[in-house]
Amino acid sequence: MIPLGYYIGLSAILFTIGVVGVLTLRNAIVIFMSVELMLNSANLALIAFSAYSGDPAGQILVFFVIAVAAAESAVGLAIIIALFRNKLTVNIDEVNVLKW
Amino acid sequence: MNLELVVFLILAAAAVVSAILVITRKNPVTSVLYLVFNFFIIAILYLFLRAQFIAIIQITVYAGAIMVLFLFVIMLLNLGDDKLLKWKLNSKRTIASLIGLVLLAEILYYVVNFVSASSLAPGSESMGTVGAIGKILYRNYLFPFEITSILLLAAMVGAIFLAKKRFTEGSDGD
Repeated sequence: MIPLGYYIGLSAILFTIGVVGVLTLRNAIVIFMSVELMLNSANLALIAFSAYSGDPAGQILVFFVIAVAAAESAVGLAIIIALFRNKLTVNIDEVNVLKW
Repeated sequence: MNLELVVFLILAAAAVVSAILVITRKNPVTSVLYLVFNFFIIAILYLFLRAQFIAIIQITVYAGAIMVLFLFVIMLLNLGDDKLLKWKLNSKRTIASLIGLVLLAEILYYVVNFVSASSLAPGSESMGTVGAIGKILYRNYLFPFEITSILLLAAMVGAIFLAKKRFTEGSDGD
């Protein structure tokens, strides 16, 4: 059998890659992909805990997370399209209207 | 070292490598394709954990619908070879990567010290089937399920509104 720590460790590594992607990248679309990566790693941790503790509630939570992620990506990509129409770029360094 | 562990380690290595490739490729289309690969590997890991329903949902919704949406938007925007978007190492990015490593070290510290379960719970083989999930979803979680449908409707309306409207300065945008 695979110990639970392996799954959580993999989830932690994927989450960290997502965090580094959000912090370092400048293309809004790829930043968005990094957010999806982080959501997925959280889902993996939830499923692993659910299976190892025998509680199906974790899988229900993952189902809701996937539904919310679908809504989030639809709205987020619409915002990116609106951004591109106004600024003709998806480089977030050039989108600094709200910068203090 | 048994076969299951060997397969898991190969899949985990492929997942980590594809995730790193997602954030280091210059072309967003390449990133999306590596992300789809990553999602497929995670779906296989869900099958390892006997979460059959979630594995299928992962492939149809994530690798199917959401990634097609990503590809569609990238092709719609038709981003050229933008030199400014190139991933390049400078002091800010080095600090960000260090913060990421600290985060990873923190999580791994807790995993090593406090996560000790070594085998699946008894009865978890039949826990993730469509029937079992459906029963729990419609008995115990019916209200959140219905709220999700309203959320998806709101997201749909919002996405159409945002993508359709052409914002111009000095007008209400109608």
